[in-house]
Amino acid sequence: MTSAPVMLGEIKRVVTLTVDGREVRVPEGSTILQALHEQGTPEQADTPTLCWAPNLAPINACRVCVVEVEGSRVLVPSCARKVEDDMVVRTDSEKVRHSRKMVLELLASSVDMSQAGDDVARWMTEYGVDADRYGPPAAPAAEGERDRRHAGHHHAPDGSHAETVAQPVKIDNDLYVRDYSRCILCYKCVKACGTDAQFTFAIAAAGRGFDARIATEYDAELPDSACVYCGNCIGVCPTGALKSVREHELREDGDWHPEEETVTTTICSFCGVGCNLELHVQNNSIVNVTSPSDHSVTHGHLCVKGRFGFQHVQNL
Amino acid sequence: MDLRLSGAEATAEERAAVDALLDPPLGPRAADDRAGPDSGHEARSRRHLLLPALHAVSDAVGFLSEGALNHVATRLSVPPADVYGVATFYAMFAVEPRAPRVVHVCDDVACGPYGGEDIVTRLTAELGPEGRGEEACWVRSPCLGLCERAPAVMFQLAGEPDFSHAPATPSEVVAAARGTGDARSADAAFADPGVSVPQTRTPRGETLTLLRRIGVVDPASLDDYRAHGGYEALRRAVGLGSSRVVQELKDSSLTGRGGAAFPTGVKWDGVASAPVRPHYLVCNADESEPGTFKDRVLMEYDPFGLVEAMTIAGWATGCERGYLYIRGEYPLATRRLEHAIEEARRRGYLGEDVMGEGFTFDIELRRGAGAYICGEETALLNSIEGFRGEPRNKPPFPSVSGLFGKPTVINNVETLYNVLPVLDTGGPSFASIGRERSTGTKLFCVSGAVVTPGVYEVDFGTTLRELLTLAGGLRGELRTILLGGAAGGFVMPDQLDVPLTLEGAREIGATLGSGVVLAFDTDADLVGTLRRIAAFFRDESCGQCVPCRVGTVRQEEALARLERGAPIGDRETELALLDDLARVMRDASICGLGQTAPAAVQSALALRLLSSPPDPSTNGHRKVTT
Repeated sequence: MTSAPVMLGEIKRVVTLTVDGREVRVPEGSTILQALHEQGTPEQADTPTLCWAPNLAPINACRVCVVEVEGSRVLVPSCARKVEDDMVVRTDSEKVRHSRKMVLELLASSVDMSQAGDDVARWMTEYGVDADRYGPPAAPAAEGERDRRHAGHHHAPDGSHAETVAQPVKIDNDLYVRDYSRCILCYKCVKACGTDAQFTFAIAAAGRGFDARIATEYDAELPDSACVYCGNCIGVCPTGALKSVREHELREDGDWHPEEETVTTTICSFCGVGCNLELHVQNNSIVNVTSPSDHSVTHGHLCVKGRFGFQHVQNL
Repeated sequence: MDLRLSGAEATAEERAAVDALLDPPLGPRAADDRAGPDSGHEARSRRHLLLPALHAVSDAVGFLSEGALNHVATRLSVPPADVYGVATFYAMFAVEPRAPRVVHVCDDVACGPYGGEDIVTRLTAELGPEGRGEEACWVRSPCLGLCERAPAVMFQLAGEPDFSHAPATPSEVVAAARGTGDARSADAAFADPGVSVPQTRTPRGETLTLLRRIGVVDPASLDDYRAHGGYEALRRAVGLGSSRVVQELKDSSLTGRGGAAFPTGVKWDGVASAPVRPHYLVCNADESEPGTFKDRVLMEYDPFGLVEAMTIAGWATGCERGYLYIRGEYPLATRRLEHAIEEARRRGYLGEDVMGEGFTFDIELRRGAGAYICGEETALLNSIEGFRGEPRNKPPFPSVSGLFGKPTVINNVETLYNVLPVLDTGGPSFASIGRERSTGTKLFCVSGAVVTPGVYEVDFGTTLRELLTLAGGLRGELRTILLGGAAGGFVMPDQLDVPLTLEGAREIGATLGSGVVLAFDTDADLVGTLRRIAAFFRDESCGQCVPCRVGTVRQEEALARLERGAPIGDRETELALLDDLARVMRDASICGLGQTAPAAVQSALALRLLSSPPDPSTNGHRKVTT
């Protein structure tokens, strides 16, 4: 590296690969998903994703973005796999469609996906998801029951009901709720709390298999954990499992109206860092604060003041 | 990062257990604990001591209290939520108070029908329901790797060494649970290797290669090992030079014996020539595939053989440190290996100047804690590093970026033992046994409805029929054979002439896997076996990826409906559903566990082993009479 601070960005070699029979050229080091986003047809760019986010390192857990790569026995996650010269990728084969459909279907049969957003709902329709074919959902677990399950042990099912992750909402603080009936275990919140943004490490995956869950140590309530309430976990949650108390209450009361929501961009006034804020307003009242994931300062992440310290605006 | 801990404090006993382990590498801690010398980068770089620290607490007091966990978190500077996440990943750890004597009862495919369920019934009557009990409790366990001695149990004890007991009678298990059993007397029951390796009984098989020292050598004596040809292979290796050793391995066409059959020479070459340093060697002794016990037998009766083979592998690939990761359910093999490593170190066969040849190599033994997934190579690496045993995305492969991100050779136990004969006779001579890619000899774990279960060594290419004959033939009329383990598939009586090679198995749509040959007679409860396999994968999935985490649950549910004769829709709908599940698990799971989780079920369906509805009079629990 030279000492002169000239910001030209790294010069990268261009890699040529074939996607669905068409040649695509992207910088070396790109993932297949980046290639699809930047160079793909509208259909290719619409590759479903759940555990992927532009401001997090690839997590590679949900497997909904899989594609076929020639020479690979199994499908590969497009979010994590780097492009290589002469790679031959297929995004539209029956094998790919089947796996995507099944991933969405398995999630829909075990998790409440109703707040996972319009794209997910659309993908479920387009891929032909039929979550009902696994039988009626089993009764929700009692409070804390899923947190106490022991790795490597479960009760043998009789198959009459489909097991789910349904359980009561955890409300133990004034700022946000944890509704793990909606948790698809994408690990995004763990990464945002840990190495990808906040370095607080208040939560981690605990347990194993279908009984794995996101937890604090000994399932302590959030105020007793290391949580600093930055809310970056909420910011990355794709399914509404983590959301502000405000949003939770409005939804519970039937007063949640996303179609009327306006978004106003401003700059946080609490300190000199200069974080961009997006104020989400419904019914002339701020309901959520986010930051754009491509913002050079925040990369989509905020602190407790930026994300939750908006009450004074309303009091004017 | 500052740790934020709850107010829970460790007891003196818990602190002593952790500090005894951590003081030597970290230095003694200051009187004032919360921060100080234990925090910061220095301590965090010791995260790989997390699993041993949790073992230390669990061994001493029987469970992991919040205070103990806080103490471990402080000393290693690992966030308590992370420590909790790791602790709850393993079946052998409890984070709630538990009885100091825990009996793990194997109810898996080999033991369950051969007395395991009888032990469960008796323990339920004597100690109460699963997991309950003040002084002693019992829990169900996946395969304990003692199938040739079915039924098997393992005692996990607080404050004293664990031990296995097999074959076990219900009365013996109850007595031992109540405190009359100890490791010394239990280990004595394993004194006769002829029980596990019938080929070592008189008249002794003459052609044994991998098993040649078993029953001949004293597993506790380095001198005896040397008197039987021990360390000659290492001397020869040093004489040849490391690149010649790798070439011999390539010439031998030796393939990995853990199940994936990757060419060992190619793997070694990749790491040996990797420019990044240091290199690491890992021996995968997390043998957990149901029906597999060959590695256990090798380690129990010839532990120095593994130490020597690892030393050769480490030297040839430029590693100064090797990790031996053994499953937590193998207390006797662990004791024998610990002793062998200590002896080798004391006598200069491990350490800074191995055999006076001027190279450094040492072995660190790591115990698993009840997780089949940690036999997957990248999950195993995460487990050693002190993270949850979740597989990593590949590429990069371990030979490029493995343990601590460095080039790493990972070999199965049996693979490493094969290195010794390769050096004894030379690569081409080794390759002259067997055929095609299947060279050398192979260990098979024969159990179930055969007269003499045990580990058998045969040349690649021996037929399944010949192997069964070697095991004394069948007990009863053969219904089917599970070949390759829970991740394998079924072979029918008209396929017994299949040559046991990688290619031969593939030709009939089967796999040799880890060498499991589990025979079922016509009285066996096959549906129950399949449900046990489905339950196994549901329990052992790490939970990271959706196809495996949810797919294994749905597979078990669908199988349960078929068993009850209560399909959603009709039987054909359920079979189609199982097929849909199998495809997504096979195609889209991250690792081999998910990819093979539907294998046995699919194989059974394809062979119409479940074609007839269950006989209601048997109540699904028909027992094999022995």
